[in-house]
Amino acid sequence: MEKLLEEFSLGLFFWQTLLFLLLLWLLWKFAWKPILNAVNDREEGIKNALQAAEDAKKEMQNVTADSENLLQEARAEREKMLKEAREIKEKMIADAKEQAQVEGDKMLKQAQAAIESEKKAAVADIKEQVATLSVDIAEKVIKGELSDKKKQLKVVEDMLGDVKLN
Amino acid sequence: MHRFLKTVSSSEMRKTFLKSFLLFSVLILSQISFGKEKEDKHGEEGHGKDLKTEIKEYIHHHLQDSHDFSLFSYTKENGEHKYVGFPLPVILWDDGLKVFSSSKFHHGETLAEVDGNHYKLYHSKIYRTDANGTIDYDESHHPTNIKPLDFSITKNVVMIIVTGLLMLWLFSSLARSYTKNNGIPTGAGRFFEPIVLYIRDDIARPNIGEKRYKKYMPFLLTIFFFIWFLNMFGMTPLGINVTGNIAITTALAILTFLITNFTGTKDYWMHQFNPLGDSLPWYGKIPLYIILVPIELLGLIIKPFSLLIRLYANMQAGHIVIGSLIGLMFIFKSWLGSPLSFGLAFAIMLIEVLVALLQAYIFTMLSALYFGFASEEHEHDHGHEAEVAH
Repeated sequence: MEKLLEEFSLGLFFWQTLLFLLLLWLLWKFAWKPILNAVNDREEGIKNALQAAEDAKKEMQNVTADSENLLQEARAEREKMLKEAREIKEKMIADAKEQAQVEGDKMLKQAQAAIESEKKAAVADIKEQVATLSVDIAEKVIKGELSDKKKQLKVVEDMLGDVKLN
Repeated sequence: MHRFLKTVSSSEMRKTFLKSFLLFSVLILSQISFGKEKEDKHGEEGHGKDLKTEIKEYIHHHLQDSHDFSLFSYTKENGEHKYVGFPLPVILWDDGLKVFSSSKFHHGETLAEVDGNHYKLYHSKIYRTDANGTIDYDESHHPTNIKPLDFSITKNVVMIIVTGLLMLWLFSSLARSYTKNNGIPTGAGRFFEPIVLYIRDDIARPNIGEKRYKKYMPFLLTIFFFIWFLNMFGMTPLGINVTGNIAITTALAILTFLITNFTGTKDYWMHQFNPLGDSLPWYGKIPLYIILVPIELLGLIIKPFSLLIRLYANMQAGHIVIGSLIGLMFIFKSWLGSPLSFGLAFAIMLIEVLVALLQAYIFTMLSALYFGFASEEHEHDHGHEAEVAH
């Protein structure tokens, strides 16, 4: 211990402290700060780049999944549209058929009714004409018949014979 | 498989051979050195001892700080010691500032006369003497002369400046290479960047914590590279021993101590004065605290003290061992002993290179650990929950 104390040089201690502090300050300013900052920046950069790559990968996966979904959706949409179209077609056909049926029926009925009414009208007309003709004929006949008295009496007798008094 | 076994057995054989060779050479060596010692005693008296003392002094001199930067020295044929190197400025505070070149001392051979005062360099220390350079001693052979305050730019100070400039150049160029090269280091930075990152990710972050490690980073980085580079300079044959100097390690440890305690949180100080917390009633704590609190407070000092002693002792010891092993080469002066001590010195040198890094790592690691203790914020709720559970 005594030897150590004897070896201890105050001057050297002074210079060492002074120079070391100076060195520490200079290195701090001109070396350690820029070095550590640069290394930090670089590490940050690497970390960010890795993160970005990871993100890009995820994004890519998302995009692929999205496009897959879109494709799936489009396919489903097409399927649906086709199905709808088919349904519409079928419905339209069915509707048309039904309508045609109804229309046809209606027309048929109308035609039948028209025919019926025409027929009735015709029959009535014929009846009228027949009646008129018959009356005319009867008139003429009666005119001819009743021209003499005997004939008029015969008719009355015939008629009275027909009546039979019931 | 067969081939594999064969290689294993051959390497095994080589190992056993190496072992027996080492054992044999050690035996021979001891014989030789023993014989040599005897020879020395019989022959020219004291020559061996002279060499040993010279080596011892040389090692001692090498461990010491010095007032000039001598690269090597040799003795001329006429016995004159010749030093190759350059002198350094001496700055003394002795009733006023005195600045002069260390060449005035002529490596301790002459007195330096400045402003009518005479100074003598004695065992790497400067004493004020009279005009004849007499040094008075007390009973235990310590000089009693006045020692002026010595703020000289010594060899160690020069090395601190050199290391500082090297670090500034290295790391500011590393910092610049980031901006120039888009965040990627170039040249030597490629070697140093992983070390910087290691200190951040494996020393500071786990020991201090993610939230607070940033403010300690400059100190940890500076102290790591400072110690490591100076340790490595110590491995060069220039005879530099900065980190093995007690004043240097003290200065470093005091910085760690100051930073630890100035950045200490409330929890840290609470732990110092109330280590048991609420686990005991106050009357139960009194007898314990009479012992515990002084221990805790002593721990504050012991932690940095262990830092300074560890670094000092390791580097000092490494230099002594290498110096001694190199010295052994000259003592043995035999065809077997010298190469063997050379091999040994080489092996220790390799270990020392590792130790240089290891000591820097340990100092930084422990500093970070102490900072971690000081800046820790306990979650008090956990403690209470544990108590309730009991």
